[in-house]
Amino acid sequence: MVDKIVIKDIKKSFVSGKETLAVVGGLSLTVGEGEFVAIVGPSGCGKSTLMKIIAGFEQPDSGHVAVDGVLRKGPNANGIVISQHGSVFPWLNVQQNLMFGLNGNEHGDKAALADHYAAMVGLKGFEQNYPHELSGGMLKRVEIARALVVKPEILYMDEPFSALDALMNLRMRTELLRILEEERHTVLLITHDVEEAIHLADRIIVLSPRPASIQAVFEVPFKHPRKLSTPEAQTLKDDILRELGI
Amino acid sequence: MLKLKQTLPPLAVLGLLIAVWWLVVVKTESAIFPTPLQVVTGTLELVKDGSLWEHIGSSLMRVGAGFLLAVVVAIPLGLWMGRVEGAYITLNPIFQILRPISPIAWIPLAILWFGVGNASPIFLIFIASVFPMIVQTAAGVHTIEQRYLRAAENFGVSRYKLFTQVIIPAVLPEMIVGMRISLGVAWLVVVAAEMIALRSGLGYLIMDSRNAGNRYDLVIAGMIIIGIIGLLLDGLMRLLEGLKSVRWRYGR
Ligand SMILES: Nc1ncnc2c1ncn2[C@@H]1O[C@H](COP(=O)(O)OP(=O)(O)OP(=O)(O)O)[C@@H](O)[C@H]1O
Ligand SMILES: [Mg+2]
Repeated sequence: MVDKIVIKDIKKSFVSGKETLAVVGGLSLTVGEGEFVAIVGPSGCGKSTLMKIIAGFEQPDSGHVAVDGVLRKGPNANGIVISQHGSVFPWLNVQQNLMFGLNGNEHGDKAALADHYAAMVGLKGFEQNYPHELSGGMLKRVEIARALVVKPEILYMDEPFSALDALMNLRMRTELLRILEEERHTVLLITHDVEEAIHLADRIIVLSPRPASIQAVFEVPFKHPRKLSTPEAQTLKDDILRELGI
Repeated sequence: MLKLKQTLPPLAVLGLLIAVWWLVVVKTESAIFPTPLQVVTGTLELVKDGSLWEHIGSSLMRVGAGFLLAVVVAIPLGLWMGRVEGAYITLNPIFQILRPISPIAWIPLAILWFGVGNASPIFLIFIASVFPMIVQTAAGVHTIEQRYLRAAENFGVSRYKLFTQVIIPAVLPEMIVGMRISLGVAWLVVVAAEMIALRSGLGYLIMDSRNAGNRYDLVIAGMIIIGIIGLLLDGLMRLLEGLKSVRWRYGR
C-alpha cells in the first residue's frame, strides 16, 4: 500500500493568558492510500485539533504533515472535512450545496453531477429543498454528498454520525461503506463510538488523554459486510475499551 | 380565523380612539380642532385636486433616492469592513460617533451645502440611512460562523464565489434588518426635512396647511397618511424577510 498521509511527530499547544494547554503531544502516523483509519479517544483529548492539523486548517507547533509526499501548508479540495458540527450552507438548497465545490461553467453538467450524488445518498426528490426543511440525518447526507461530488482523495470525518440516533447511525454507516465500495477514498474517521470504528475501519488508533498521543493500534481483520455480534468482534471491542480505561 | 383574531383587537382600539376624539371635539366645541369627518372631507379635497398624490410622490421620491444611495454606499463598505480588520478598526469608531447625531441636526449643514432644493432632503435621508446599514452589515459579516468559512476554504473556491455564495447570502438577513431600520428612519427624516423649506412633500403639506389658514384637518390628514405609508414601507421590507434564501435565519 502506498503512503497517502504521513504525520511526523506533530505537537500543538494553545496559549490562553498565562496558561499553556498541550493538546497534541508528539504524534506520528502513516495512512495508506485507500485505507480507512478510525481514531478513538477520550472526550477533549485533542481529536478535532488533530484532524484540523491534518486537514491543513491549523499549523502544528512542530512536526509536519505530508500528503502524497508533499508538505501540507493549508486546506485544499483533495481532502474534504466533514465537520463535527456540520457545515451545509443553510442559504443554499440541496442542489446548490452539492454544486458548491464544482468548478467550470457548464451549469447543466454540474447540476446533473449534483443530482447523481444526491440520489447516491438517498436524497432524490429533495434537490430543491433548503437545509432547514431536512432532518438531521438528511443533513449529514448532504454534507457527505457535497464532499463526494468533488471526488476528493481523502475524507476527513469528525464524529459525522454522533448527533444521529442509533438507527440512523447504523444506516449511515452501511451507506458510507456502500459508497466507498464504489469510489475508493482514503478515510480518516474520528469517533467516540468503538462499535462504529470496528464496523467501518481497517485500523483503529486509540489516543491517550490530553495531550493526545497514540496509545494503541488495532488492526480490524474482518471482511465486509461485518457482523459485530461475532465473538472476535466482541473481543476486539473489549480490548479497545480496556485501552480507553472503561 | 387567526387573521381575524390578530386584526380585530387593534381595529377595535382604533375605532374607540376615533370615537373618543369625535366626542371630545364635539363636547368642547373646538373651533379649530377638526372632527374625524372633517379630516376625511379634507383628505378627499386633496385627492380631488390631485395635490395629495403629488405630495406623496415627492416624499417617496426623496426617500427612494436617498435610501438607494445609502444602500449603494453602505453594503460594499459594510462588507469590506466586516472582512478587513484594519478597515473595521479605522472606520468603526468614526461611524459610531456619527451615528447618534440626529439627522435633523444636519439640516443647517444640508441647507448650507445643498440649498433648499431636492438635494437637501436626499442628503439628509442618506445620512440617516447609511450608518445603521453599514454597522449592521459589518456586524453580520463578523457573525458568520467559522465552520461555513472553513468549508468554503476547504473547497478552494474563488474569491468571487466566496462572496456571492457564502458571504453575501450569509449576511443578507442582517442586511435586510439594517435596511428595514434605515428605511424607517429615512421616512421619519424626510417629513422633518420637508417642513423646513421646499414646495412639495407630506412634511410641506403639514406646515403649509397650518400656516395658510389653520387647516388642522389637513394637518391631521397628513399625519395619518405619513403613518400609513410608513406602515406600508415596513411591510414591504418584511416581504424581503420572507425570501426563501433568508428564511433560515429568522426561523419560522
Ligand atoms: N482554538 C482553540 N483555542 C484554545 N483551546 C482550544 C482550541 N481548540 C481546542 N482547544 C482545546 O483543546 C482541547 C482539545 O479540543 P478538541 O476539540 O481537539 O477535543 P476533542 O478530542 O475533539 O473533543 P470532543 O471529543 O469533545 O470532540 C480542549 O480542551 C479545548 O478546549
Ligand atoms: Mg471533537
